[in-house]
Amino acid sequence: MSEEIIKNIIVRENEDYIINMGPQHPSTHGVLRLEVCLQGETVKYIIPHIGYIHRGIEKMCEAITYQQIIHLTDRMDYLSAHMNNEAVCLCVENALQVEVPERVKYIRTILDELNRLASHQLWWSAFGMDLGALTTFFYGLRDREMILDIFEESFGSRLLHSFNAPGGLMHDVHPNFQKGIKDFITYFRKKLPEYDQLLTGNVIFQQRAKGIGIMSREKAIAYGVTGPSGRGSGFSCDLRKYAPYSAYDKVQFNEILYTEGDTLARYKVRMDEMWESMNIIEQLVDNIPEGDYTAKMKPIIKLPAGEYFQRVETARGELAVYIVSDGNKTPYRMKFRSPNFSNLFVMNELAAGGKIADLIAISGSLDLVIPDIDR
Amino acid sequence: MSSTSTIYDFSTLTGSIDAALHNWMSPGLVLTAELVLVGLIFLTFYALLGLFLVYLERKVCAVMQNRYGPNRVGPLGLLQTIADLIKLLMKELIPIRKADQFLFNLAPFIVIIASFMAIAATPFAKGLQAVDLNIGVFYVMAVSSLGVVGILLAGWSSNSKYSLIGAMRSGAQIVSYELSVGLSLLAIVVFSGTMQLSGIVESQADGWWIFKGHIPAFISFVIFLVASTAEINRGPFDLAEAESELTAGFHTEYSGIKFAFFFLAEYINMFIVAAIGATVFLGGWMPFHIGNWEAFNHVMDFIPSMVWFFLKTFFVVYLIMWFKWTFPRLRIDQLLTLEWKYLMPISLINIVVIAFIVLMGWHF
Repeated sequence: MSEEIIKNIIVRENEDYIINMGPQHPSTHGVLRLEVCLQGETVKYIIPHIGYIHRGIEKMCEAITYQQIIHLTDRMDYLSAHMNNEAVCLCVENALQVEVPERVKYIRTILDELNRLASHQLWWSAFGMDLGALTTFFYGLRDREMILDIFEESFGSRLLHSFNAPGGLMHDVHPNFQKGIKDFITYFRKKLPEYDQLLTGNVIFQQRAKGIGIMSREKAIAYGVTGPSGRGSGFSCDLRKYAPYSAYDKVQFNEILYTEGDTLARYKVRMDEMWESMNIIEQLVDNIPEGDYTAKMKPIIKLPAGEYFQRVETARGELAVYIVSDGNKTPYRMKFRSPNFSNLFVMNELAAGGKIADLIAISGSLDLVIPDIDR
Repeated sequence: MSSTSTIYDFSTLTGSIDAALHNWMSPGLVLTAELVLVGLIFLTFYALLGLFLVYLERKVCAVMQNRYGPNRVGPLGLLQTIADLIKLLMKELIPIRKADQFLFNLAPFIVIIASFMAIAATPFAKGLQAVDLNIGVFYVMAVSSLGVVGILLAGWSSNSKYSLIGAMRSGAQIVSYELSVGLSLLAIVVFSGTMQLSGIVESQADGWWIFKGHIPAFISFVIFLVASTAEINRGPFDLAEAESELTAGFHTEYSGIKFAFFFLAEYINMFIVAAIGATVFLGGWMPFHIGNWEAFNHVMDFIPSMVWFFLKTFFVVYLIMWFKWTFPRLRIDQLLTLEWKYLMPISLINIVVIAFIVLMGWHF
């Protein structure tokens, strides 16, 4: 393994034809800069430069209370805001050994999956755009709008909802919550096959995606590529199965695995995950137990001195929260292991030797959210 | 030609104008006046057509994407493109420091002049054609491929890496696809025995070539549609500008009215390609006739020839727009593979088959 790593060290040469893709570029989905070296149309190597949207979230966390940290975590992976919140909440709850009500667990799981659906819809829309199929964007956003409406009705915000609080939820969900979700599921079960008709079956799309950016299972594990990108390479890493949290131990669902490891496999994992997410929601939505929306918590939360760790599966992979507490109301040190950071750095391995257009397809299929990388 | 005798011939109108001018001017002045007049008409037509096509594209793509499209400025948003044009005219022309200034400024004009010259040979209606060359098809092919020079110059002189890649892609693409466009048009030239565009239209009086020429003519039409979409740099073959890869390709560095020139030329080129396709394969301004249905054919003749021409042209325009808004973009090597390994051999075989059909007299 070490020999292979040495072989992959990039050496810049003076006559290299360098293109700076980003920080403002339509296909980097945020302020990511890729230093791309080209030989004609072929990519020689890529050096990702990060930090353009670094806000020091981990350092900021050391100065604020645990309730306030929740609101910062929204801003990391803004498309999986609910999962980010949940990671911190679960970590704090485990540290305090608080038992949250069943109702909270169910609602959290439903919201996780809704958020995953919304995230995958946006990914599908943007992925189509990356490949030049502009209509996908409007199909995806049309359906995502319904999920955001459900969020708005219950939380008052659509993207960064900060709906979790240590111990439970901020407040109870709207009375229309269940009806809205059931309407959405019936609607989206009809609309999801349209996605396949528009893009998946297209000959040009198949040619652009099949066999492009092949990532072996070993490479995925070596780089820590998790989430749908890792599962497209046959790396079974779904935390909902391996370390169930909230109500995931009460539902039946399949972990989607593809072994090809190419762009098409990563695409298919996400498409199938949308179906699985709808299955999970359908199993839970009718059985939400009555009860409190939060456990009894003190107004000022102080974690006992020690180290705490919690992992959750976001829409992009494994998000881990690590808290070191010295017994105060603020953490002594806070660390996030964000999935996008690991997923980004495998890009050079996948795209080197391909064409520029392949690079765009690969970065689209890794589904990067840049604020999550920089934090 | 008995069936077409009822169609209004525009040459009577132009003839009477010519005669009227001769009554009170010397022949030299008449020629100058006529040149200025035709030039003005074409300029106006060109600008209006460009604005309308932009509006049409925005409406068509809106329909495909579940939205309304422009609907705020003017009735049904019809004035939206005019407002956009005014905005582009008033925008600053950002000077590029290390650009080759002369070529940088020249490039948009070359692109727009090429499309201007091609539109001159289009037969809009019976007797309405600015220049009716006896090598019309050849002329249009030659002139429309001049545009690539402008694109290459734009990419080179901008001194931007994205522009350069876009221009090189565009060069490779247009040079390749020119062959297929030429060969597919040649198929109909073989059928009709003339290169004159008005002659080709006249030869379709008893049926359009796409119907008369059996399956080979249909294959030619499909190849023409694909190859010409590639030649005018439109999706799914818009590799030269590929906004998700090269930001805007060859016109990345252009702003204001210079950008508007590229933009306008792109849309006019789409119209020209559609017009040539409609003229050569779909009968141009010829009405739709069915065999011996005398009454039906007579009713069809009452629809003015110009309406027929624009109906068919905008049908082809719609097809081209339909591609763009539903297909993903090809990769450069796939694009060249499609041309050299599939379209070219098919068109070559197709031509041989057509020559054989014509030799045996099997076509209608």
